[in-house]
Amino acid sequence: MDFLNAIILLLNFTVLPALTYGSQLALGAIFVTLIYGVLRFANFATGDMMSFGTMFAVILTYYFQSIGINFGILPTALLTIPFAVFMMIFYMLTIDKFVFSYYRIKKSPPVQLAMVSVGVMFVTQAIIRIIIGPSDRRFLDGEKFILKAREFKEITGLNEGLTIKSTQIITIFVTILVVSIMFWFLNKTKTGTSMRAYSDNEDLALLSGIDPKKVVLITWIIAGILATIGGILYGLDKSYRPFVYFNNMLPIFAAAIVGGIGNPYGAFLGGYVIAFAEIFLTYAYKKFFMYILPESLEPTSLVQLLSTDYKFAISFSILVIVLLFRPSGIFEGKKI
Amino acid sequence: MRQYYNVITAYSIMLFLIILVGIFQSWSIALSILNYCLISAVMTIGANLQWGYAGLINFGIMGYTALGGLAVVLISVAPVPEAWSAGGLGLIICLLIIVLMVLSIKFLSSKFKTIKNKTFVISSIIIIGIILIRFISAPAIENIESIDPAKTGFLGGLGLPVLLSWIVGGLFAAGVAFVIGKIALGLRADYLAIATLLIAEIIVSIIKHEDWLARGVKNVIGLKRPAPYEIDLQNTEWFINLVEKFNSTKLSLINSISERQELLSQLVIDASSVYVKLCFTGLFLIVVAILLVLTQRALYSPWGRKMRAIRDNEISAGAMGKNVVKEHLLIFVLGSAIVGLAGAMMVTNDGLFTPGSYRPMRYTFVIWVMVIVGGTGNNFGAILGGFAVWFLWVQAAPISLFLISLFTTHLPETNELKIHLINSAPYFRFLIIGIGLLVIMRYRPQGILPEKIVKQ
Repeated sequence: MDFLNAIILLLNFTVLPALTYGSQLALGAIFVTLIYGVLRFANFATGDMMSFGTMFAVILTYYFQSIGINFGILPTALLTIPFAVFMMIFYMLTIDKFVFSYYRIKKSPPVQLAMVSVGVMFVTQAIIRIIIGPSDRRFLDGEKFILKAREFKEITGLNEGLTIKSTQIITIFVTILVVSIMFWFLNKTKTGTSMRAYSDNEDLALLSGIDPKKVVLITWIIAGILATIGGILYGLDKSYRPFVYFNNMLPIFAAAIVGGIGNPYGAFLGGYVIAFAEIFLTYAYKKFFMYILPESLEPTSLVQLLSTDYKFAISFSILVIVLLFRPSGIFEGKKI
Repeated sequence: MRQYYNVITAYSIMLFLIILVGIFQSWSIALSILNYCLISAVMTIGANLQWGYAGLINFGIMGYTALGGLAVVLISVAPVPEAWSAGGLGLIICLLIIVLMVLSIKFLSSKFKTIKNKTFVISSIIIIGIILIRFISAPAIENIESIDPAKTGFLGGLGLPVLLSWIVGGLFAAGVAFVIGKIALGLRADYLAIATLLIAEIIVSIIKHEDWLARGVKNVIGLKRPAPYEIDLQNTEWFINLVEKFNSTKLSLINSISERQELLSQLVIDASSVYVKLCFTGLFLIVVAILLVLTQRALYSPWGRKMRAIRDNEISAGAMGKNVVKEHLLIFVLGSAIVGLAGAMMVTNDGLFTPGSYRPMRYTFVIWVMVIVGGTGNNFGAILGGFAVWFLWVQAAPISLFLISLFTTHLPETNELKIHLINSAPYFRFLIIGIGLLVIMRYRPQGILPEKIVKQ
């Protein structure tokens, strides 16, 4: 019984949150990695692009609520995804046309493109703050919990409760759906194969008749879908605040690099590596040990490896360690 | 002389703009903008050294700025003896353990190159060390932080003159940059950018959350300054006489003695803040001038030529026998030291240390925009960029307010769009800076004042 309690405790406070957070990071990391693999630059506007897509979802959610449309027990925001994705892709293609394409055609070094993306970051941030303001917004509606701690205790008779928030299940489910469709697209379709070819060797791809414009277009479309959905899922789970999205860029970068930048499978797993490391290293294990150890051995301190203040620092330290020992990332594998 | 025409024109326009602010807003505002421009100039000199001379991307400027600020606290604040007696010993032991750990790992990895489970031994040393440190430091930190937490709750500094801390700030940044450079400099350009960005984030989060060091997010206020205090000036004989002399015509117009006295005291209060800011301006100007002379000399020395050769073609410079790794590390450390100095200057100017305010947007990306807009590889350009971008950053809100009201004059006061736009005026600064950067990158990628290669 004590052992079951300990497992439920860990599930409730570490595994479920880590899976949710990891899924959100994974979507962002695949976005970063795709842009890096196909367009060949580190996109510093990542966080703000995610925020841009989410902004439309927030505004549309408020609009739908005001005219009385809802999605039953599911959050209304899920209904807005197609519209938000459309706006996001439109914005990305506009930026690509007016900003990035010039440097791509000129074959500028990646550093210059990264600098340009800093400019895009500034502009995107300004647009977001001008349209929706910098404040904290919640746009989750519908059923909040699938399983409440009290109900779980009544059903199972355990001491520890398991709370399952609907956003957690939605996040994990939607992520799996989106990512599997994307991997199917990349691996099985002709367009996906041409994208992989373009990313592996641009010259050979061009020689075999792949249209670079089409590859770039498809990349931005996939990136737009990933960025918007990742942003909306994060916003539903926590809350929508432009500044937080900018900061999320950092763990997302860490996830992409840890997984091996340019490799979507790696980025997907990298998101979970970062999330699990952050949450497992900052969780206070006192209660867990109280369940599994005999009374005489019970710990007196919190048994916390690092205080939660250092959550971000952990993911960055992992990144530094990975860069030191395996600069190409943990999961090398083939490039997209 | 002709080649300096555009430099002189650009700087006179900048000076003219600041004087305009002085005339239309107030001299106090103009001087504080100028001071911040000078601080930004020091930062851009540092960033330009790394990016313009050597082509290294350092997105960790925020971290070094924060370290410079930390140096001000650690050097100039008076020590807190109660805190030292409560937990100083424990922390010193921890420091010794860290030094021992580093030394033993270094010794192991250099002496026993062929030992079988070296990684195992080293990692076990690290783990044991961390556990030891946690056990010793936890009670010590708790004791220190419990001493008068509203006012101190930290070890305090050394109580030395604040100007010394500028140098120490540079040294702090240089030391950390040395370690980071050893770790990260082998990486490709964009990896280096991301790695430095994240490492800076780690540095700031340590400063933020280690309250025993510099009170963390509780901030340290009332730092020493190298200039007199306004209150003291307002009661000094010679200062009041000076103000009276300057404004004698204005004062002589007023007949009643009490009114004249009132006006004089008001003038003295205004003048004292201007005087203090002028003192800072003087100090900062000296720093900028010294750095400018040194970096200019370095740029046109054999060493500068070597750096440019490495920047333009690393492989051929390496083939010519230049030690690329060593030179990169050197310039990384030097540039970071200058940024650390700027961080110390900034905290001294503000008189307070607020770790919570260090954000990558303001302290990394804006500085980079300055360097790129001003002119990479050209010190005059970088400084000009610091001036121009900082001026825009501060004045963007008034400018955009003016533009908004200009374009929406036909709309009624209660129009929602108008109210919304006026409320979001502060965010137009990001828009202006971003579009400025994009335009410069597209149409004048070498910056306003491009790099000049002098053929000798």
